[in-house]
Amino acid sequence: MIDGAKVAVLVFFAAILEVSVFSDVKILGGVPDLLLVTVVAVALLRGAVTGACAGFFAGLVLDTATLETLGLSSLLLTLIGYWVGRYGETTGRDRTHAPFLSVAVVTFLYALGGLALRFVLGEPAPARVVLLDSLFQGIALNLLLTLPLYAVARRLLPPRFRVTRGEGAPALG
Amino acid sequence: MAVLVLVSLALLTVYFRESSGGGLHNLQSTGSSILRPFEVAANRVAQPFRDAASWIGGLSGARADNKELRRELVKARADAIRYQAAIQENTRLEKLLRYSESASFPTDFRPLTTSVIVLPPGQFDQRLVVGVGRVNGVQLDDPVVTDAGLVGHVTRVYTGVAQVTLITDESSFVSVLDLSTGASGLLRHSDSGSSIIMDNVPKKDQVEPGDRIITAGWHTPGLSSIYPRGIPVGVVSSVNQTDIDPNKQIEVRPFVDFGGLQYMFVLASKSGTP
Repeated sequence: MIDGAKVAVLVFFAAILEVSVFSDVKILGGVPDLLLVTVVAVALLRGAVTGACAGFFAGLVLDTATLETLGLSSLLLTLIGYWVGRYGETTGRDRTHAPFLSVAVVTFLYALGGLALRFVLGEPAPARVVLLDSLFQGIALNLLLTLPLYAVARRLLPPRFRVTRGEGAPALG
Repeated sequence: MAVLVLVSLALLTVYFRESSGGGLHNLQSTGSSILRPFEVAANRVAQPFRDAASWIGGLSGARADNKELRRELVKARADAIRYQAAIQENTRLEKLLRYSESASFPTDFRPLTTSVIVLPPGQFDQRLVVGVGRVNGVQLDDPVVTDAGLVGHVTRVYTGVAQVTLITDESSFVSVLDLSTGASGLLRHSDSGSSIIMDNVPKKDQVEPGDRIITAGWHTPGLSSIYPRGIPVGVVSSVNQTDIDPNKQIEVRPFVDFGGLQYMFVLASKSGTP
């Protein structure tokens, strides 16, 4: 319960910071996505279900704050949270590169998915701007955010169990 | 997860299909109003950092601007100098053109406009090189003038260039006369200094300081001066005479500024002979 509240607060503030501060930061044409990195961090640390919930909540706050089509970001971030959570629970568990790999991949997929959904909904979908002019800068900026943000998330949401090298998964029960 | 995806899709669908006054829109509006204070608070917290970033960005921008402006300034200065030089050049050429079209321009001569290629290397050498030569019709001993007056005469001719010996050179002699009194003499380099004098003027002839000196342009059967009559040469600056010298000592200040020569006319003979 406390864990869920922590996740909610973390995601909520990440969403607020994203819409009020980070969306205004343009570096070399790219915009860092604090919320996306936060969802990835939460999903990696807490698994698929929490990741999906965090993604849904994050999307809801984002769409509400930006007055975008409600459910659009929720759908994308839910899928991302779930997928990254699954990756964290399986192959990405305790791997140092997992947050970076996840962030890089989901930044690309998030941009692609957002474009596809907007296109389907008939909203403006500037593919050139999103995929060519700002995508790589966005990935780089998100990767820069990953280390500190993952550290903060890890501090707030410490892993429930650790796996050391040579050990298998902990016995249940 | 499936539930959340379904909820998201439902939200999307309903939101997309309903009017802007629909329930979800109203809910979003309310939610946005609730979030507004948080956004404002985040903005206020971030403002100093944003200002700092903006200041640093502005500073680097100002540096870049400064660099660019300096570059433009250098270019503008170079342009201004070029334009100034062009204006001066235009003025000089206009003067030359006016002179060549004026009534005082010697008849029977074709003006070959030229510029100085090589200036006299020192005060001991009073010769310069101009940019016209044999191909342009320049011949040996052709007179050289500017709109101010007599410069000298051609002493060497090559294909595309010619050497001009100035009237201030020691080897130069010009038959001249006083425009006011008609007293004639020989303009040559002074033995004692760098000035030029009007020599061979008998004491009885009248020459006064301030008199204008022009080329005499004499003609005798089979022989004539290389300079046409009437080219301004200079003005008498001083007149002296002594008991032992049968002639007056007349110093002439030339009209032409030999230190600032740039453009001039080589007077090519229309008949083909100088």
